[in-house]
Amino acid sequence: MRHLIDPLDFTVSETERLLGLAQQIMDRPGDFARRCEGRILATLFFEPSTRTRLSFESAMLRLGGQVLGFSSAQSSSASKGESVADTIRMISGYADIAAMRHFKEGAPLVASRYAKIPVINAGDGGHQHPTQTLTDLFMIRRSRGKAGGLTIGLCGDLKFGRTVHSLIKSLVRYPNMRFVLISPEELRAPGYILKEVLAPSGHPYTEVLRMEEVMPQLDVLYMTRVQRERFFNEEDYVRLKDSYILTPEKLRAAKQDLAILHPLPRVNEIHKAVDEDPRALYFEQARGGVFVRMALILALLGLEPDILREEN
Amino acid sequence: MLNIDSIENGIVIDHITAGRGMRVYELLELHKLDTCVAIIRNARSSKFGKKDIIKIEGVMDIDLDVLGFIDDHATVCVIRDGQLAEKKRPKLPRRLVNIVKCRNPRCVTSAEDVEQEFYLCDEENHRYRCRYCEQLLDGSSRG
Repeated sequence: MRHLIDPLDFTVSETERLLGLAQQIMDRPGDFARRCEGRILATLFFEPSTRTRLSFESAMLRLGGQVLGFSSAQSSSASKGESVADTIRMISGYADIAAMRHFKEGAPLVASRYAKIPVINAGDGGHQHPTQTLTDLFMIRRSRGKAGGLTIGLCGDLKFGRTVHSLIKSLVRYPNMRFVLISPEELRAPGYILKEVLAPSGHPYTEVLRMEEVMPQLDVLYMTRVQRERFFNEEDYVRLKDSYILTPEKLRAAKQDLAILHPLPRVNEIHKAVDEDPRALYFEQARGGVFVRMALILALLGLEPDILREEN
Repeated sequence: MLNIDSIENGIVIDHITAGRGMRVYELLELHKLDTCVAIIRNARSSKFGKKDIIKIEGVMDIDLDVLGFIDDHATVCVIRDGQLAEKKRPKLPRRLVNIVKCRNPRCVTSAEDVEQEFYLCDEENHRYRCRYCEQLLDGSSRG
């Protein structure tokens, strides 16, 4: 039985087949509308996350399945002191597959060791959020036709942004990638991402302070939020904040087929005027997340047996 | 010069980096033994200047993974009938299970009763990460 705990749990081939299935579902949703009839997804959200939970629930409902679950630790047996291991043992009798969000890092991994049903990590603290990574890859693939051979700019909070770390770890597995890391000094990508992930991959990467200087090179621009509270002092924040806000003016220097992505929610790091630009794909990216989760549910339930298979 | 009796049957852990002897003693849980155990700190070493040595009477096997994690320079000499029977070098273990604890307060191991597990992520620099939260193991854990 397979689970999805870490974005790297699936090989590149498995990931590509999964995203191919997501594309098929997106193109012909009617063909998949009853594939999960009689199946139940448990959404175990020990920490509230309305958008992720609704995306999972929408995915299962669009497959003709049903959902049950809870949306905060207070409404679960965790408030009575039940362990994650015991909770998943119980849920294994009530549902066919589970999506778990937990404030403790590694909780879904613990759950997967005791579960009798597939477990999907729907976010564990500041650690991993693999379905977001698959959603990011899906949008890159849709917009550029492939995930390899691209120059990707990752902009904003590269220090604490887990989506950025997971995306980099996934993309280094594709050929001919180039990474441009755009962030203030305080929010540079952590050393381990540079030393343990990027450097050994052999893909070229650069670190820059301002997006203006690299805009013409980029095929994909992945924006993240720069939070005021992350800065050591107000002066630095005021000095740097405009560098990390994407505006129509900055986009003038960009390629015509640039793909602008964002894991959402955004605050002010992408000016609202950019929303009308055909290169702004972040809302489409979020919509794609439902199809990715539909494909994932089908694959983990074994209803599409060719997606996750042992490779030679 | 301090004299410690040689042992007839047991183990001598030699060439322990000076200052790490007590940590080896703790992590190998040698305090649980009721046989004779000697810790020699800051012994003269022609190679390193100073070293720690531990002699354990009556024990023929120790957890080499634990030793490899704390000090992979150490050597383990197995003594039988007063003679050196075997010499072992510990290797840096790929995994550490229930040897050290993750100090990340957000890690699930701080709340759940699960095995503490670390994996070797950087052999050159002897760095380990928690299997659950990927937090880097604090260098001070080795002692």
